[in-house]
Amino acid sequence: MINIQYFASIRETLDRDQEELELPASVTTVEQLIAHLLQLNPHFGSVFDSSRKVLVAVNQTVVDHNFNLTGDEEVAFFPPMTGG
Amino acid sequence: MITIQTDDFDLAEEYRNLRSVAGDAGAIVTFTGLVRELYNPADSESDKIQTLFLEHYPGMTEKCLQQICDQANKKWPLLATRIIHRVGELSAKEQIVFVGTASAHRSDAFESAQFMMDYLKSNAPFWKKQSSGGQSSWVDSKQTDKDALKRWQG
Repeated sequence: MINIQYFASIRETLDRDQEELELPASVTTVEQLIAHLLQLNPHFGSVFDSSRKVLVAVNQTVVDHNFNLTGDEEVAFFPPMTGG
Repeated sequence: MITIQTDDFDLAEEYRNLRSVAGDAGAIVTFTGLVRELYNPADSESDKIQTLFLEHYPGMTEKCLQQICDQANKKWPLLATRIIHRVGELSAKEQIVFVGTASAHRSDAFESAQFMMDYLKSNAPFWKKQSSGGQSSWVDSKQTDKDALKRWQG
């Protein structure tokens, strides 16, 4: 199972803070995970809109869309950080 | 040491702790960030910011702040590093973040404190939501904050 977490404006758009998913064998990268989420839920379209900058972390480290997934990671989607 | 907390912090106490941890330090730099009363120029009717809500990613936040301390310790000969970041609901003018560094010489303490703040702004998973007059919006990240990182790279 993959654990997916959503933060800040993305959490609000999707109206959920996390979910658990069983990934199909064909999903092996972050890019494929995003495509899979878009298929599952039409609301994801407004999150992964090209005008919106979305960062991805796998096991709490920011990665790019080519990053490989095995299917048991903690994946998080969030907007650019605004701390300090 | 790093701490994420909802409570306020006491500058004098943090300074005392840095002094006792740092032993032979010749310089201690402390930085305190405050919640500004911002005005939204896009909305002439907007009030000044009343409250700020700070969300974070528990687990990753601690990891990122520790990495920032570790990087600072690699770059400069530091005797102590300290980060406190508050989360939750904050009002205008409240203290939000504390960075403290101790070193034998002032330039290392000054530079490392600035480095830690610059990284914390863009690389630690915190998000600010501002509210005023019944309206709230997520704060956008600033290019100037991202540009601030460039001077530490390469």
